[in-house]
Amino acid sequence: MTPGASGPRPYADPYVAGVGLGLVLLASFVFAGRGLGASGAFGRVAAETVAAVAPEHAAARPPLAGYLADGAAQNGSPDAPSGAAPPGAPLSPSGWLVVEMLGVLVGGFASAVLAGRFRPGVTRGEGVGVSSRLSMAAAGGVAMGVGALLARGCTSGLALTGGALLAPGAWIFIASAFGAGYVAAPLVRGAWR
Amino acid sequence: MSAAWLPAFVIGVAFGWALERGGMGDACKLAGQFQLRDLAVFKIMFSAVLTAMLGGFWLARVGWIDLNAVALPPTAPLAQLAGGALFGVGFVVAGLCPGTSCVAAVSGRFDGLAAVLGMGAGVLLFAEAWNGLEGLYGTDRYVTIPEALGLPYGLVVGLVTGAALVAFAAAERIEARRGRVVQP
Repeated sequence: MTPGASGPRPYADPYVAGVGLGLVLLASFVFAGRGLGASGAFGRVAAETVAAVAPEHAAARPPLAGYLADGAAQNGSPDAPSGAAPPGAPLSPSGWLVVEMLGVLVGGFASAVLAGRFRPGVTRGEGVGVSSRLSMAAAGGVAMGVGALLARGCTSGLALTGGALLAPGAWIFIASAFGAGYVAAPLVRGAWR
Repeated sequence: MSAAWLPAFVIGVAFGWALERGGMGDACKLAGQFQLRDLAVFKIMFSAVLTAMLGGFWLARVGWIDLNAVALPPTAPLAQLAGGALFGVGFVVAGLCPGTSCVAAVSGRFDGLAAVLGMGAGVLLFAEAWNGLEGLYGTDRYVTIPEALGLPYGLVVGLVTGAALVAFAAAERIEARRGRVVQP
């Protein structure tokens, strides 16, 4: 699709967007004492959802119980006195991520609308139908959910944050994820024609 | 909204904004990375890593921040090798990752929403499979590459910077040869 006068505006230069993203990450280091993240918010929301429906079930599963314990610690100090504590301190690690991801939803939406890029629909190549594309997105999501929890983070919390902080695990994750991605890419090439 | 929430929310808004501006909510653009036609994912990721790494290094150097006080993601090599591989396959199949799928969803893309729901299901699947995965999961180690290799921090920062610049040049050559940059 080519951008017309009233159509969607083209995307930013990747290096400009990347430096902007890097400054956001740096601001997070400076003002929150931590990096960005995404999968941890999924973990916390999923754990809270299970706990609301079946508390015993959630408590019996260590990965979910871990997120719930994180939240319980936060609830112990709902409004820590301001002043001494650094800005992000009263939020638990996963609570911080949930709030941050709510911000991502707002920021992403605002950016898309203001650039004329908010368009309801399904992004797909010509080689795949709508229902197949949605199934692929969901199946890929399942694999990423398991993979991110096993790896202790995703592209945001592990690759970007850990990459910039020179954590070995982040670089192992980057190499493994992109390596596997390129091995698997020919299998889905037809979908993106 | 409690004042403690504000920094997290503001940082999130800027994060979502940066991702959307770069086209990272567009599965076609992300797929282009793995078909080696549009390398925006690589360029954005590594210019972001470089910016934050160099920024953090120099701010610590002049004494404005203490890098040791910034939460370091843990290392668990085997789990991150296996989890990374599974994640990479999911990334290619979905054409989105956890953060970008949220941006896609709020851009009106239903494939973004499907990936978001899939990810939630993946979290639950991981929890159900925990007994079988616990051994692979291993334990967290908190260490940096300079510490692990016994090298000066600044030297590793320099090496990563040099490698990234070489990789950017390579990415430009690949795009010049077979590129097809995705626009909305």
